[in-house]
Amino acid sequence: MKFGVFLLEFMTKNESHIVLKTQDLAIGYTSKKVKTVIASNINVELHKGKLVGLIGANGIGKSTLLRTLTNVQRKLGGSITINNTSLENYSNINLAKTLSLVLTESLGSKNLTVFELVALGRQPYTNWIGNLTSDDFQIIKQCLLQTNMDSLKHKKCYELSDGQLQKVMIARALAQDTDLIILDEPTTHLDMYHKAYILKLLQKLAKETNKTILFSSHEIDLAIQLCDTLIVMTKDTVITDQPCNLIEKNVFNDLFPKDLIIFDDKTGSFRVKK
Amino acid sequence: MPHTKTYKRSFIVLILLLFLCFCVNISLGSVFIPFQDVFNGLIGNPTGNESWQHIIHEYRLPKAFTAIIVGSGLGISGLLMQTLFRNPLAGPFVLGITSGSSLGVALVIMGASIFGGTFAEILVSKWSIVIAASLGSFIVLLFVLIISNKIRDTMAILIIGLMFGSITTATVSVLSYFSSAEELQQYIFWGFGSIGNLTWHELFILFIIYILGILMSLVSIKALNTLLLGENYAKSLGLDIKTSRLFIIIATSLLAGTITAFAGPIVFIGLAIPHMTRQIFNTSNHKILLPAVFLFGAIVMLICDSIAQLPSSDLTLPINAITSLFGAPVIIWLLVRKRKMMF
Repeated sequence: MKFGVFLLEFMTKNESHIVLKTQDLAIGYTSKKVKTVIASNINVELHKGKLVGLIGANGIGKSTLLRTLTNVQRKLGGSITINNTSLENYSNINLAKTLSLVLTESLGSKNLTVFELVALGRQPYTNWIGNLTSDDFQIIKQCLLQTNMDSLKHKKCYELSDGQLQKVMIARALAQDTDLIILDEPTTHLDMYHKAYILKLLQKLAKETNKTILFSSHEIDLAIQLCDTLIVMTKDTVITDQPCNLIEKNVFNDLFPKDLIIFDDKTGSFRVKK
Repeated sequence: MPHTKTYKRSFIVLILLLFLCFCVNISLGSVFIPFQDVFNGLIGNPTGNESWQHIIHEYRLPKAFTAIIVGSGLGISGLLMQTLFRNPLAGPFVLGITSGSSLGVALVIMGASIFGGTFAEILVSKWSIVIAASLGSFIVLLFVLIISNKIRDTMAILIIGLMFGSITTATVSVLSYFSSAEELQQYIFWGFGSIGNLTWHELFILFIIYILGILMSLVSIKALNTLLLGENYAKSLGLDIKTSRLFIIIATSLLAGTITAFAGPIVFIGLAIPHMTRQIFNTSNHKILLPAVFLFGAIVMLICDSIAQLPSSDLTLPINAITSLFGAPVIIWLLVRKRKMMF
C-alpha cells in the first residue's frame, strides 16, 4: 500500500517534470543593432514524454521560435531553461546530449547508408575518431527498430523516398539520446498518408521513450488529434494548452484571416467558406 | 558486417599495388638499369655500375618518395576541401592556396628584374622560389582564415577563393607583359610542375610539414564525417564548427601549400583522386576514404611520373600534362560506368 502510494507519487512527479520552460521570451532578429521583435511574452512549459505541436500561420515566427529554442539564433529577451539549466549555460557538447534536431534542410551527402546516418547521432558520445562501442550499436539497432527502418539499414540515403528519409532523420535524432527532440515541419513534402504516419510515429515515440517531442506543422487537424499539447502562435499571443481546451476557447478561428476558411469545432478541422 | 571485410581486401590490394608502382617507378627512367641492380642498389649492395648507384640513391629514390607525398597530400587536401565545402568541384586550388603560391613565384621570377643586377640572381634561386610559394599560399590562407571568421557561409569562402585565383591570373599576365622571354619561360616551366629535382634535404623538410598536415587531417576525421550532414546538423551534434573549419583549412594549406612550393602547381590530383576513390569504394565515411585517398593519390602519382619519364628516352614530359591526360579519362570512364556521382 505504502509502496503503491510512493509509486503513484513518483509517477506523477515524473509526469510533471518540466523539460523545457520559457519565461517572457521575446524572439526576433537583430541587424545593425536594430531589434525586430517577431513575438514576445512567450511562456511555454514542455513536460516529459509529451508530444507537442507548434502551429501558426506562415511568417508568424514558428521557425524563429524553434531556432531560438535550439540556440541557433539569439533570443531578444526573457529566459529559456532546459532541464532547469539556462540554455546559455550549456556547452555545445552538453546541449547535443540534451537536444536533438530534425531540420527541413537537405542532407550534405546522401551517399551515406541508413545505418551510417543513424550512427552519426552517436557523435556526442563517441571518442576522438568516432568509433562505435557495442552499446552504441545496440542503441542504433533499437532506434532503427523503433522507426521501422531496420530492414533498410544497408540502403543508401539517395535510394530512399521522402517518407523513409524523414524516418531515418527521426531515428538519427533518437540515437542522439536526448530528453528533447525538436522537428521543424517534419511533414512537408509528404503525402497525406505519410504525414499521418510520421506524426503517429512521433506520438508513439514520445510515449515509448518518455522523450519530449516538439514539432512545428501546418497539419492542424492531425496535430489536434495526435498532440498532447499545442502551442498556437497568433499575431497577438502565444497560447499553450491541450487541443480540446483550445477548441473550447475558440483559438483556432483567430489563427488565419477570416475571409476564406473557417474552423469547424465539431470535426476539428478547417473548411472553405461557401 | 559483411562490407568491412571487402574494404580490408581492397586495402591490401591497394598497398600491394602501391609497392609495385614504387618498384616500377624506380626501375624506369632515361637510363636503363636492370632490375637486379635496382634491387641491389636499394638494399645497399654494390651494383654493376657506379653511376647506377648514384642515379638510384640521389635521383630516383627521392623522386619516388616525392611522388608519394605529392599524390597523397594533394588527394587528401582535395578530399578535405570537398567535404568542408560540400562541393564536388572543390580542390586545393579553390581556396586560392595554389594561386597564392603561383603569385609568389611569379613575383620572384618576373619581378626580380625590377631589382636588377646581381640581386636578381640571388632572388631566382631554388630556395627563394620555395619560400615565395610558401609565403604566397600562407598569406592567402591567412586572408581566408580572417574572412572565414567573419563570414558564416562556407560557400562565400569558396567564391572568395576563386576570386583570389582570378586576381593571381591577372597579376601574372600583367607581370608577364613586362618581363623578358627568359623569365617568362622560367615561370612557365615552374608551372609545368616537377617532382624530380628534390634533394634528400628538401624532401626531409617537405616530409615534416606533410606529416603535420596528415596528422591534422586524421584528427579531423570525426568532424568531417559529421559535416556530411550539413553545418546545422553538425552543430546540433555538438561540433564546434569554427574550430573544425580552422583545423581543416590549416591542414589543407600545409599539405597543398608546401607541395606546390616544392613541386609546382600540380593540377587535377586534388580534384580527381577523391572522386575516383568514392567511385571505387562507394562510401562517404572518412575513416575509409582518407586512407584510401592516400593510397590512390600515391599510386596515381607514381604511375603518372613513370609515364612522364618516357622510359628509355632522354625526354621528360611535364608532370602536369600527364596527370590530366592520364587521370581525366579515368575519371570520365568511372563516372560514365557508374552513371552517378558519389558524393
